[in-house]
Amino acid sequence: MSFLELKDATLKFGGVTAVDNLSFSVNEGEVFAIVGPNGAGKSTVFNLISRFYDPHAGSITFDGHDLLKSKPSEVATFGVARTFQNIELFDQATVLENLLVGRHRHRKTNLVNEIFFTPSARKQELQNRHFVEEIIDFLDLQAYREKRIAGLPYGVRKVVEVARALATDPKLLLLDEPASGLSVEETTDMRWWIDDIRRQMGITVLMVEHDMGLVSGVSDRVLAMADGARLALGTPSEVQSDPAVIEAYLGHVA
Amino acid sequence: MRIVFKTDYMQDIRPWKDRYQLGLYLILLAVVFAAPMVIDDFYLGELTNVLIWALAGMGLMILTGHTGQASLGHAAFLAFGCYANIILMEQGVPFMVAFPVAGLLTGIVGVIIAIPALRLHGIYLAIATLAMSILTDDIIVLTEPWTGGVGGKYAPSVNVFGFDIDRWGTPKEFYYLVLGVVVIVTLGYINLMRAPLGRSFIAVRDSEVSAQAMGVDIARTKAMSFGLSCAVTGLAGALMGLFAGAFNNETFSVIISIELLMMIVIGGLGSIHGAFFGAIVIGFLPQFLSISKEWVGAVFGGSSVAIPGLEFGVFGMILIGFILFEPMGIYGRWLKIRTFFELFPFYRKDMFKRQKSYLKTERLR
Amino acid sequence: MDTLQLLISGLANGCVYGLIALGFVLIYKATEAVNFAQGDFMMLGAFVTIGLTNAGYMGVPFWLAVPISITIMAALGYLLDRFVIRLMFGQSQTAVVILTIALGFVIRFVAGMIWGHEPQSLENPLAGKELRLGELVLGMEDVAVIVVTVLLTWGLYEFFNRTKMGLAMQGASQNQLAAYYMGVPVKRVQGFIWALAGAVACIAGILFAAKGAVDPSTGLMGIKAFAAAVIGGFGSLPGALAGGLIVGVIEPFASRYIAAGYSQVAPYALLLAVLIFRPHGLFSQVRVKKV
Repeated sequence: MSFLELKDATLKFGGVTAVDNLSFSVNEGEVFAIVGPNGAGKSTVFNLISRFYDPHAGSITFDGHDLLKSKPSEVATFGVARTFQNIELFDQATVLENLLVGRHRHRKTNLVNEIFFTPSARKQELQNRHFVEEIIDFLDLQAYREKRIAGLPYGVRKVVEVARALATDPKLLLLDEPASGLSVEETTDMRWWIDDIRRQMGITVLMVEHDMGLVSGVSDRVLAMADGARLALGTPSEVQSDPAVIEAYLGHVA
Repeated sequence: MRIVFKTDYMQDIRPWKDRYQLGLYLILLAVVFAAPMVIDDFYLGELTNVLIWALAGMGLMILTGHTGQASLGHAAFLAFGCYANIILMEQGVPFMVAFPVAGLLTGIVGVIIAIPALRLHGIYLAIATLAMSILTDDIIVLTEPWTGGVGGKYAPSVNVFGFDIDRWGTPKEFYYLVLGVVVIVTLGYINLMRAPLGRSFIAVRDSEVSAQAMGVDIARTKAMSFGLSCAVTGLAGALMGLFAGAFNNETFSVIISIELLMMIVIGGLGSIHGAFFGAIVIGFLPQFLSISKEWVGAVFGGSSVAIPGLEFGVFGMILIGFILFEPMGIYGRWLKIRTFFELFPFYRKDMFKRQKSYLKTERLR
Repeated sequence: MDTLQLLISGLANGCVYGLIALGFVLIYKATEAVNFAQGDFMMLGAFVTIGLTNAGYMGVPFWLAVPISITIMAALGYLLDRFVIRLMFGQSQTAVVILTIALGFVIRFVAGMIWGHEPQSLENPLAGKELRLGELVLGMEDVAVIVVTVLLTWGLYEFFNRTKMGLAMQGASQNQLAAYYMGVPVKRVQGFIWALAGAVACIAGILFAAKGAVDPSTGLMGIKAFAAAVIGGFGSLPGALAGGLIVGVIEPFASRYIAAGYSQVAPYALLLAVLIFRPHGLFSQVRVKKV
């Protein structure tokens, strides 16, 4: 059984079909990229997996869980973490606090424990702090640890979002345009990080990305979408040379 | 310039940054503990009042400052805590039991109210809570058999560890009772904010979408915040009732709700300090105004007759000033001054520039 | 006949609520700010007119005093936007709400300082006159209130749907940025809206003071009018008026047919019911945040 599987997922907004009968599956341990022109429904696929939208038809399963039967917050507890296209950080909290929120799914204490800050709460906090520090080390965020998000440059926020997702200790990481708005150097960094996330941490990565350099550099398989439907699926080079994909990007070659 | 070197994870987990800061708070605690020996009964009463308001402010701060849900109706929970405490005591329950139970009951009521209120956002939640606060007055009148209606109720003296405590008879003991409650609640609040639940409140405040993506259950977290907020407010209400001595349906009017919200805005949303700073302003403003009125009268020979609405007028002007020029409240100003000295001479004017406000815009595009 | 009488006086009250609610909705639609001081604007408008026209004050003829005070209140609305609300740009709705509540406190204080705290009525040409339709006896003031409100709502409705400025405002309320790019002077539109809200509040105040009496705490009536606006749904002008009428009518009927105390309770109980079952008002559309 595959790790993440969408079967015949369909979502309509009014008269517009955002995702049209889409099926694909992601295997454990691979980097899987979704590409396509603007408005192809890539981010919508993420929002379906995160349960922000209810599909009108189809099924979504992850690691043996039927996601359509779960609440949005439960998806994270199964081990799915994500970033957002337009950065959704906790703006008035520090980088450290943002990352610690990522540890929320591992919370074992209850209200009483926390109000009295019992030794078990203290131990949990130390563990959280330790785990988060490793992520900070991994993504080179030491300089920003105590800084508030409001006031950080765009590129750093983008990295903090990845860090916060990693802090949840996920099995599957959804990256929504991790390189958009980043400089060439930052994109290169992101590429190595994605590689390391998969190799060192053993986390499966599903990403939406426009930068074909990044996509072909890190991903094992690529899904090309247009108008909410599947256009092509295969290795990066296969997809890039697929006539349907070329047509979608460049229009009809007369 | 003061620099804190960190060598241990506990330094991030402890509530204080270093010994210097811990020392400051211990000195502050010693000062408030010694206060009854220095100041007279009148000012002690005022100080007690400030502490009770600070407690109520902390209650609202949990919900509005840290979870981002504005409530214009917290006087309703003050009333509930107050009546619950007194009614329990009239049934023969000792104060030491009735008081926490009153808080607990208020918290449960808060959770029950939170369930429909959770569907409301921003301004709609504010108006719903405002309506609830207006209705409280009528509900108290309608439930006269329990509440005494318009006639109201009188607070008896209470027994704590064998001491009979009464606001007028033993003001010092009453002060220590209030101080004790405030210190315990503050410590609990600090603990909460450095634990997962407190952080999930902040997460909900700043971005519901990504809080959800991190595994925070929005509905449960908001209900929890409502419950804790109301419980603390209920405790404050119980103490307010004892402090007032007598109360009826008009004691906890909607104006109190509004005042409470304004108080924490002036103090600084999103910080425990803000509740205390705000309470100091609200507690001492009437005193300050009457003193300055006498002074103006003495210097310029004007009359010192009471000016109705003066307090609220001045209070409103202070609030407008803060919202326009210091949205982070007194605590924000305090942070800036402190940072100025700590970083001297490296402070830059734009260091806090991008931190506009804790409450996000609900604008949907 | 009795019921009809009750209905008419309820409608007349409801019209005043509706006019204040109209002010809330005007500002909300154009700027997404909620002006909680709208009721206090109404009260201030009433006092300005009283100050101009009553024999005890300046004694200006009624028909001259009305346009002057409307102009004054419109200017006040404009200045408020220009020098206070615009500074709040980028802050949350809730911050604006708290600010305007504080502003209401200040207005009540200032009005009390100038005109005192005794209730006063506006001396007007219609005072004490009655309209008899068979057995039905209507105060001319009540009739005037209803007529003026209907005309004003109709006028505003036409303005928003027919004139260039009105359409620009509608655009600005849908999407400020897009409107800005399309060449709509968004800031000027906002200033105009606040002026318009001030003028509407003044008219409401004149009508209210003509048929009853105002004192500074009358401004708190804004809360009830706000409830009316929410009941009607916060998006539409007719909705606001409808909400106002519902609240105005429900009050006397609740106290007549349930019990005296219930005229206070009924509007807010209705409000809570509406919020629970139709969280965004009776007539409204809801959009979901996009990520």
